[in-house]
Amino acid sequence: MDTLQLLISGLANGCVYGLIALGFVLIYKATEAVNFAQGDLMMLGAFIAIGLTNAEYMGLPFLPSVILSIGIMGVIGYLLDRFVIRLMFGQSQVAVVILTIALGFVIRFVAGLIWGHEPHALENPMAGGEVRLGDLVLGMEDVAVIVVTLLLTFGLFAFFARTKLGLAMQGASQNQLAAYYMGIPVKRVQGLVWALAGAVAAIAGILFAAKGSVDPSTGLLGIKAFAAAVIGGFGSLPGALVGGLIVGVMEPFAARYIAAGYSQIAPYALLVAMLIFRPSGIFSQTRVKKV
Amino acid sequence: MRIVFKTDYMQDIRPWKDGHQLSLYLILLALVVVAPWILNDFYLGELTNVLIWAIAGLGLMILTGHTGQASLGHAAFLAMGCYANVILLEQGVPFVLAFPLAGLITGIVGALVALPAMRLHGIYLAIFTMALSILVDDIIVLTEPWSGGVSGKYVGPVSLFGLEIDRWGTPWAFYWLVLGVTVAVTLGYINLLRSPMGRSFIAVRDSEVSAQAMGVDVARTKTMSFGLSCMVTGWAGALMGLYATVFNNETFTVIISIQLLMMIVIGGLGSIHGAFLGAVVIGFLPQFLSISKEYVGMVFGGSSVAIPGLEVGVFGLILIAFILFEPMGLYGRWLKIRTWFELFPFYRKDMFKRQKSYLKTERLR
Amino acid sequence: MSLLEFENVTLKFGGLTAVNDLSFEVEEGEVFAIVGPNGAGKSTVFNLISRFYDPYAGRIRFDGHDLLQVKPSGVAAYGVARTFQNIELFDHATVLDNLLVGRHRHRRTSLLSELFFTPSVKKQELQNRHVVEEIIDFLDLQPYRDKMIAGLPYGVRKVVEVARALATEPKLLLLDEPASGLSVEETTDMRWWIDDIRRQMGITVLMVEHDMGLVSGVSDRVLAMADGAKLALGTPAEVQSDPAVIEAYLGRAA
Ligand SMILES: Nc1ncnc2c1ncn2[C@@H]1O[C@H](COP(=O)(O)OP(=O)(O)O)[C@@H](O)[C@H]1O
Ligand SMILES: [Mg+2]
Repeated sequence: MDTLQLLISGLANGCVYGLIALGFVLIYKATEAVNFAQGDLMMLGAFIAIGLTNAEYMGLPFLPSVILSIGIMGVIGYLLDRFVIRLMFGQSQVAVVILTIALGFVIRFVAGLIWGHEPHALENPMAGGEVRLGDLVLGMEDVAVIVVTLLLTFGLFAFFARTKLGLAMQGASQNQLAAYYMGIPVKRVQGLVWALAGAVAAIAGILFAAKGSVDPSTGLLGIKAFAAAVIGGFGSLPGALVGGLIVGVMEPFAARYIAAGYSQIAPYALLVAMLIFRPSGIFSQTRVKKV
Repeated sequence: MRIVFKTDYMQDIRPWKDGHQLSLYLILLALVVVAPWILNDFYLGELTNVLIWAIAGLGLMILTGHTGQASLGHAAFLAMGCYANVILLEQGVPFVLAFPLAGLITGIVGALVALPAMRLHGIYLAIFTMALSILVDDIIVLTEPWSGGVSGKYVGPVSLFGLEIDRWGTPWAFYWLVLGVTVAVTLGYINLLRSPMGRSFIAVRDSEVSAQAMGVDVARTKTMSFGLSCMVTGWAGALMGLYATVFNNETFTVIISIQLLMMIVIGGLGSIHGAFLGAVVIGFLPQFLSISKEYVGMVFGGSSVAIPGLEVGVFGLILIAFILFEPMGLYGRWLKIRTWFELFPFYRKDMFKRQKSYLKTERLR
Repeated sequence: MSLLEFENVTLKFGGLTAVNDLSFEVEEGEVFAIVGPNGAGKSTVFNLISRFYDPYAGRIRFDGHDLLQVKPSGVAAYGVARTFQNIELFDHATVLDNLLVGRHRHRRTSLLSELFFTPSVKKQELQNRHVVEEIIDFLDLQPYRDKMIAGLPYGVRKVVEVARALATEPKLLLLDEPASGLSVEETTDMRWWIDDIRRQMGITVLMVEHDMGLVSGVSDRVLAMADGAKLALGTPAEVQSDPAVIEAYLGRAA
């Protein structure tokens, strides 16, 4: 039973990693850039929701303010692309990496200015609730996290595989120039992808802040989500989720069964090992540049 | 404007363009050599710090600026050099040997690390090195018997050819030590860039396929670059240890790695000058911020409040501005200003116009 | 024995057979052209010679060596140099430095001696420059010698690529669409240069080209390909009048 409890809380954490990884993958698929600030966007989303919901700030009702904060983060994502990332069109991936790292620094700084550096939790109606399955007692938040993540991942997956806009996004990612010639509005599509990534970050942040607490440096957790994205192959949405779950589940078990000093390095060690032995992830195969 | 006529091949081979440029650099060198007589101990210490960062920047510049491999983990190699140096000193190895060895060991470790990293492109390499850098903290804790773990280590004065070099007692001697290393590394770097190995680094940076077609072994070249880069970074780390005198597992965090990379971007990727200019920014930014905070406090009344994370936040903003508006960094800006003066009044705005190109892709086209 | 031999070479990309049981030989001293519609597998033939791909079946020999035994960076050492269809220069280096990279296979110095720039390094550098300057003169690149590639016009870049390949002092020069995108005058220049490369320098040339005027002007023999396989092989006139070739081109156009 105990193992099962560990598993569930690991899965719930893993879902948050998976959602951040989903953000990486979305942007990577569409623009071939990696957004190192995705974790910080998640943190920002959480703080916006806290700012709207919590009694000490605006004290709005939970559901409207959650929806509002997802919307706000979508707009922020769009604006980031419109006024910052788009100017980078045509520069190397690494330049974009450095830019987004710097963005992360700035977001962390701004969040610290507004909300301070104390940890905050999101006040929510699920707090303290329990779900009983036989002997198993599950936290309401954990269940909510898992359900929302699954729905979101498969929703996005279907969106990319089925809808016209989703396919356009894929096309834009595979070959910007060709997509451009084929009449896909590459820049507009890219803006929408960033908006989507912002919204997903907000959802991740809200879930995270509902089951724990956030402070401005929470975004650094994004690094664990890298492990998730790499395990998933950096190009696949379900892959990102599975990667997130693997990392999330690994953590509590490593903490339980491995000596103290070693357990917290487990996700990073896994990341390094993945990159060495299977850099293209567990799902995809390597591709070579064509000349 | 001075026009340089080329009369023989040596003019391309020697590192300076003409006598004028050479004398400028010699004057600069003379100035920094006599700095201990000009500056007080505080500013001499700051200058020393800037030079140490410049050495680290040169190390990373080899890998990122000239070979095109972004590393978000060079603090790991700073730590490696620092610990190797101190542990060797503790074993009774004299400083003249311990210091070069520290760099050499770091370089070898770097080349070994490079072997698996070789297959990784762009972003993957950045993530890989970043993960390494995060692991360093835990590795230092785990290797406590050698590294001192959380309680850290202390390194006292060292002696070189009978001269005692003490960061606090004889800051001028320490400064000259750092300056000597800086000059040696810079000269080696200049030589590298004018010989085949350095050119093959650039070839790998700009096009791996055609480098290969020209007979450049890409994997070997990257390994070499990694090794050289880590060796120089190791030396910088050893000097950082001597400068800080105490350090532990939290001294060389991943944030330092990121700052180092950002520093050379601000300075200007792909140029030796860039490492130095970036180091000046990193070194003097805290001073600048605290002075301007005091100034703001004076003007608007009220005492100056501590704003946590201000430094990093401002640094991030500066960096964003640079990447967006001056991707060639400070050195690129300087080149433009210089050209403006040289060509006055004939400078045209589009002279340095950036080329529009689509995202460089590593995928199938 | 021929300089380059392809023997029943097949290469597949997933389900696509890019090169299909292809055999041909290039003789020393000739200019040999490969023609064919887009996607016929011409560039893939070059990439096979450059060892970017391992063939699925068949053998490739160059100058008596089994090419399949060497790694990609080893091909240049045997004396094969190439250009790329979509120009692959070192964009953030000068023309001079690009050509000097071409000298890489003649490097005899060690990293350590280079770091100290010992007299032997200096001597080698002077020698490299001597070779490179002659190529710069030959291809009229003097005005661009110290310019960054990134700022150069397309036509000049094409020439720089040829120059860089020549700097390796190859036995066999592979030119992938040397005239595509060039103006009429530039194409004429390219034609004389290819002639001179073969006659004065004695370098064998294997090229892919769509411009039939250029092909019939400079080449001794032509190989026509379609869908990865050989259609016809012979003199330019023979190939141009070959019914299978006409069919392939008309078939595509229709
Ligand atoms: N690296 C690769 N991966 C997958 N398919 C490729 C690759 N390189 C070439 N192809 C395919 O092989 C076929 C031949 O290509 P290519 O040799 O470039 O043709 P061309 O004759 O126009 O030079 C084309 O259908 C192309 O799409
Ligand atoms: Mg082709």
